[in-house]
Amino acid sequence: MKVGVVTFPGSNCDYDAYALVRHVMAEEVEFLWHKSTDLKNCELIILPGGFSYGDYLRSGAIARFSPIMEAVIKFANSGGLVLGICNGFQMLTECGLLPGALIRNDSIRFRAHDVYLKVEETSSAFTNAYASEAVIKMPIAHGDGNYYSIGEELRQLEDDGRVLFRYCDDEGNLTKESNPNGSVNNIAGIVNMERNVLGMMPHPERAAEKILGSVDGLKVFESVRAALLTLTTAGKA
Amino acid sequence: MSGSLKKATVYVKLKDGVLDPEGKTIQKALSQMGYSEFLSVRTGRFFELEIEANGSDMDSRIDEICSKLLANPVIENYRVEKQ
Repeated sequence: MKVGVVTFPGSNCDYDAYALVRHVMAEEVEFLWHKSTDLKNCELIILPGGFSYGDYLRSGAIARFSPIMEAVIKFANSGGLVLGICNGFQMLTECGLLPGALIRNDSIRFRAHDVYLKVEETSSAFTNAYASEAVIKMPIAHGDGNYYSIGEELRQLEDDGRVLFRYCDDEGNLTKESNPNGSVNNIAGIVNMERNVLGMMPHPERAAEKILGSVDGLKVFESVRAALLTLTTAGKA
Repeated sequence: MSGSLKKATVYVKLKDGVLDPEGKTIQKALSQMGYSEFLSVRTGRFFELEIEANGSDMDSRIDEICSKLLANPVIENYRVEKQ
């Protein structure tokens, strides 16, 4: 697979994502500059974590108007796979590819530590490699990760099974204590209606090697690889 | 009319019901300082705009920048004051 990692001014997880794809997965990967509009035929676009534009105004609000984002939105709307991690998730809600918003953590604290997540849905291009209801561990590092959605929008999200990850304790219980930021329904990651755009606050790219403390995040990318392979095979048949 | 418009201020605040942890913390601090009659504090921000007034669609242009960038309509309301 060929992966594109977008670098915005203030991105700081772009190299983590790059290293994961290139060195851990031995797949092709390219950096994409925010001022460019060329996605270089990548099959997965990663909007990485960080503090694009210093988080001025609102997290992700300014990056969302970068030239590259126009291409990313077009790519997503034509079915291309897009993964927004942390700041990337914030960009995806800001540009409307994903519903809701990410507001200040209810504790007002910047939270940087490992969390447990429950994999709620395995029928997606991003989670097909996980066991159903698996409990996995990966880090978070954010100040604005409190997922906000209400009413019909939230009901739809839940009814459609578009919540892929929820914060939980180490046994998979969805508790208030295991929710690090106040997100509604312990939501940590969601997909769009077409299920080709995933936004998540936790960092799977930082939990893909044993030396980093967890390999649980790797399966997000292995899922994508498997999904792309299926697509290619189906295309050839 | 709007041809002479030179300045505007945009006030953005979280919608009612959206958690404002900063406001809540400030309210708690006030209460601890002895100002316990201030039952609620909601924070927000404002933008002072200087505008080269050359078109007649200034009002809609201001609305556009508010809903596109200055405010996130999912969680925030805005109010424009023209000078």
